[in-house]
Amino acid sequence: MFKPSNHLLNKEIKEKKFKNLLSSITFFLFLPALIIIFWLFVKGHSALSWDFLLMDPIEGMTAGGIFPTIIGTFWLVVISVLVACPMGVIAAIYLSEYAKDNKLTRIIRLAILNLAGVPSIVHALFGLGAFVLFMKMGTSILAASLTLAVMNLPVIITSTLESLKAVPQSYREASWNVGASKLQTIRHIVLPNSLPGILTGVVFSVGRSAGETAAILFTGVAFYLPFLPKSVFDQCMALSMHLFTISTQVVGVPDAFPYATALVLILLILSVNSIAVALRSYFRMKRKW
Amino acid sequence: MNKKIEIKNLTVNYGTKDVIHNLSLDIYQNEVLAIIGPANSGKSSLLRSLNRMMDFHPTAKVSGDIKLDGESIYLDEDSTFLRRRIGMVSPLPVGLPMSIRENVTYAPRMAGCKDQKELDFIMEDCLKKAALWDEVKDRLDGLATKLSGGQQQRLTIARALSHHPEVLCLDEFSIAIDPVTTMKIEAVLHELKKNMTIVMVTNVINQAKRLGDRTAMMLHGSILDLDENEKLFNGVVKDQRTKEYIEGLFG
Repeated sequence: MFKPSNHLLNKEIKEKKFKNLLSSITFFLFLPALIIIFWLFVKGHSALSWDFLLMDPIEGMTAGGIFPTIIGTFWLVVISVLVACPMGVIAAIYLSEYAKDNKLTRIIRLAILNLAGVPSIVHALFGLGAFVLFMKMGTSILAASLTLAVMNLPVIITSTLESLKAVPQSYREASWNVGASKLQTIRHIVLPNSLPGILTGVVFSVGRSAGETAAILFTGVAFYLPFLPKSVFDQCMALSMHLFTISTQVVGVPDAFPYATALVLILLILSVNSIAVALRSYFRMKRKW
Repeated sequence: MNKKIEIKNLTVNYGTKDVIHNLSLDIYQNEVLAIIGPANSGKSSLLRSLNRMMDFHPTAKVSGDIKLDGESIYLDEDSTFLRRRIGMVSPLPVGLPMSIRENVTYAPRMAGCKDQKELDFIMEDCLKKAALWDEVKDRLDGLATKLSGGQQQRLTIARALSHHPEVLCLDEFSIAIDPVTTMKIEAVLHELKKNMTIVMVTNVINQAKRLGDRTAMMLHGSILDLDENEKLFNGVVKDQRTKEYIEGLFG
């Protein structure tokens, strides 16, 4: 009969120890997220109600609700994604499928990577200069959304590039081999098989813009507005900015308000992200290779 | 005999070393040209140059000229039309991530054919030629990527035939296929020869002997020997290494 040697037993023990180490570290990473949500709920649940979600802030923002900020965040996110998504995906397709590997494209790739690392407050200043002042959009939803879009572009480009690269080169070659053009190959082979990854990247970038504060600070978000925005050239309020305002700038806000606002913001982002996760697992189930 | 393809002073390199060095070769209409030779001798690169697949290789440099029916294949900047005239079967089987039906009708659909009847006819015809029809006729809408390696390889052959190529290039088409099926496909190739020109790279010397009208022996990016099979496989060689390779002494 086969009897494990000491060496083999040792290896097994090591294997187990290592696995435990990895799983415990992973668990500790998960812990802060749990604690944050738990704590926000404990401190903020007393303020949570339909009224809180659906009412305007009143009495100098010390009472009422956060409705306009939810609407504002919605506008900002939707417009920024509508702008950034097509541009980012198109740029990524060009870089991955068409661009030759030369000095220029290498510089472009490097620039994209660096752009992803630029602090959001710098993006805000860029947005202020480019959109608000130079293009004369004024502080508006449009200017703020475009700033968010610029901020999200590198993220979308990078994640799209990754998804395009994940489609095996042999598929492209097989398609070219039978006389399909480059465009047909992209349309029928590359895009259908990288769509899950692209969508996931886009949805995650939605979550990122929803929580962004600095980039919209100078470009389109108001401290307080007595009315809802009527067009993209109006200013708006935003959840993230409102959270900052009522926690630091206004006197007399009930203790639970900032916590409740933060909870709403986090739950919004989490639900958007879980859409991304659901999308990804749905497509993985339908994966064809 | 009619020259189908004329290769003149073809040199291919991937940045540093020439994988094909100053190669000239004529391929005749309706012949089967077998190419043998040890690994890394440039056989596959030669095939890939024929349908300008090298265009897509970022570091590949190609010089010299290749003529198809007397016209340079580099005349048209877009190589799509060239590829429709040449069928290519790569050594690694690739089932595109779609159904078997969509795989075989992919080329005609991309060429603009929308007639469902014609597509069905092409599909059945090509799958039969590739000796795959009997195995898949009941699951044509199943995923091609779920087929076995050997089946995918035959699917690749069916796909290469689906756009009615004038030249069929086969790069080791039988490495994942059992001997019985290989024989079936070889019989089909023998038939196809009447309508097209076939260039095949093979590591199975007997296959070159069985199928080829002529056989070329490649080594280090050049052709050592090229002659009719009756001569080449009966010891009439220009280079002793060809004889040794055929007899299995070298390679």
